Amino acid sequence: MDTSRSYLEPSSFSKKLAATIIIVYTVITLIPISWMVMTSFKNVNSAISYPPEVLFEPSLEGYVNLFTNRSRQSQEYLDSLPAPETWYEELVRSREMVITGPSKFLGRYSNSMIIGFGSTFASVFLGALAAYAFSRFRVPLKDDLLFFILSTRMFPPIAVAVPIFIMYRKLGLGDTHLGMIILYTVVNLSLAVWLLKGFMDEIPKEYEEAAMIDGYSRLQAFFKVVLPQAMTGIAATAIFCMIFSWNEYAFAVLLTQFNAQTAPPFIPTIIGEGGLDWPAIGAGTTLFLLPVMIFTIILRKHLLRGITFGAVRK
Amino acid sequence: MSKIKIVNLQKSFGDFTAVKNSNLTINDKEFFVLLGPSGCGKTTTLRMIAGLELPTSGEIYLGDEEVGMLRASERDIAFVFQLFALYPHMNVKNNLSFPLKMQGYSRSEIKARVEDAAKLLRIDHILNSNISSLSGGDRQRVALGRALVRRPKAFLMDEPLGTLDAEFRELMCLELKKLHIDIGATTVYVTHDQLEAMSLADRIAVMDGGEILQADEPSVIYNKPATKFVASFIGSPGMNFISIDQGISNEQSTLNIEGTDFSIPKQYEISKGKKNSFGIRPENLSLTNEGGLKGSVFGVEYLGSRKNCYC
Repeated sequence: MDTSRSYLEPSSFSKKLAATIIIVYTVITLIPISWMVMTSFKNVNSAISYPPEVLFEPSLEGYVNLFTNRSRQSQEYLDSLPAPETWYEELVRSREMVITGPSKFLGRYSNSMIIGFGSTFASVFLGALAAYAFSRFRVPLKDDLLFFILSTRMFPPIAVAVPIFIMYRKLGLGDTHLGMIILYTVVNLSLAVWLLKGFMDEIPKEYEEAAMIDGYSRLQAFFKVVLPQAMTGIAATAIFCMIFSWNEYAFAVLLTQFNAQTAPPFIPTIIGEGGLDWPAIGAGTTLFLLPVMIFTIILRKHLLRGITFGAVRK
Repeated sequence: MSKIKIVNLQKSFGDFTAVKNSNLTINDKEFFVLLGPSGCGKTTTLRMIAGLELPTSGEIYLGDEEVGMLRASERDIAFVFQLFALYPHMNVKNNLSFPLKMQGYSRSEIKARVEDAAKLLRIDHILNSNISSLSGGDRQRVALGRALVRRPKAFLMDEPLGTLDAEFRELMCLELKKLHIDIGATTVYVTHDQLEAMSLADRIAVMDGGEILQADEPSVIYNKPATKFVASFIGSPGMNFISIDQGISNEQSTLNIEGTDFSIPKQYEISKGKKNSFGIRPENLSLTNEGGLKGSVFGVEYLGSRKNCYC
């Protein structure tokens, strides 16, 4: 019998099996994403060629098309123009088109940024304050209030689309950044309160007490001592909130048109000449993926660190 | 440094009364220990002095000032927690300077005070370490340092040695005593460990069930316990009790138990009731073949310097 191995340690077979399952799952998940990224670097023809091209000549056509509006012109007109000044003009000319101006993508993209980060910040900030209060104070009807907060998540948000649509019209919040930030914050807040309360409960109250004895007010102690230690929870909550408000489609379609439209409802409207411009759509979705990815990677180091690092013996 | 006085202090949590009508005076520069089993109200009393709990009724004086309803931050006291409560996101130096930053000291003053405290506690070599890399003893020193830097009116300590290993505990106990002699600060120290209490305290208050049963010097607590609980709680192995069904008058100097006369100290109160207890410390018993109380040994503990016999 092999006595060098502890009974608690999984056998090498089960470790290999687990690794295999994870690798297979990762590959399956990554196929559509890598296909999308590949499409964004194809040209219009190779994107729809059959059989599909795995090896292709990369082109930035999709990205150029994403950021510009173009119009088709006759060859004579193109010949009469002065030589193209930039590489992207040259690319567009070679498709017998000229650039007529920037597309709306950048505006929609920055709307997504403002609304996504704005509502994430608001949800986490308000959620942290509420979670701290629920965790530390004797709040009357605490359990009922917590259940009420949770219950706001029990129906899909779109179920209240009609009342919200009417309310937003009356209040003038329709198609505004503020309106969308408020809406996404409200939807995310229940998640934030519940997630953060768990983390706050884990932080011993001695830390704030020590800070309060050292001359800090409770609010100062909250910011200087509690929040830094809740970073794990804050990072996790922020990622969840960010993913929701970044990806949200239904309300964005319903409530925004021009001023505050986010990227999700905009990307499907990218249509090329004579069929869908798949490389441009691929480019749009690839760029759309990046912020959440970067955000998650930045916050990852907080997710990996323990909450109390063993400064308190339990 | 200040005198601490509590008057008719009471604390209830709902129906449960944690501290009942307590009175205490802790002198300036005194090392005062609150001793009792868990749940006796000693920590609640300490937390009320600190301002972490508000009293249900009664008054607390720090020096001449009534502070019962003041916030913890306004009382100018320092508190050492059982779990140290060192801020894990700061290194040792920042932990030590954290209390000073709030009070608006200059950078050089903060630096000087932190270095003084570090030198006194012999932690000057780990000032830039992370809290997580420290041993239990060093964490305890940092926690003490954080209390020291502010030079507060009083130090309050809630079982600060409770989580240390036995060897560290004895060492830190000595260090605490030496520290107290060096800086002569009024200290209120909570513990359930009677050995710690006896070795550290100038005076001890023994608490049980939310009440202060006796507050006096360790030798008085040991030799003249005020109640049976105090007698049984102090001393290891504990005092022997023999139930007797006779009253004791105040001039009585001997007590007859099972045919043997025991000499007893002069009584200050007459115990008229028929149910009384006779208590005697193990070290005051001796073996005899003539008369005395009979018993058979069922266990012997060999402890090096002595043996404990149980019968």
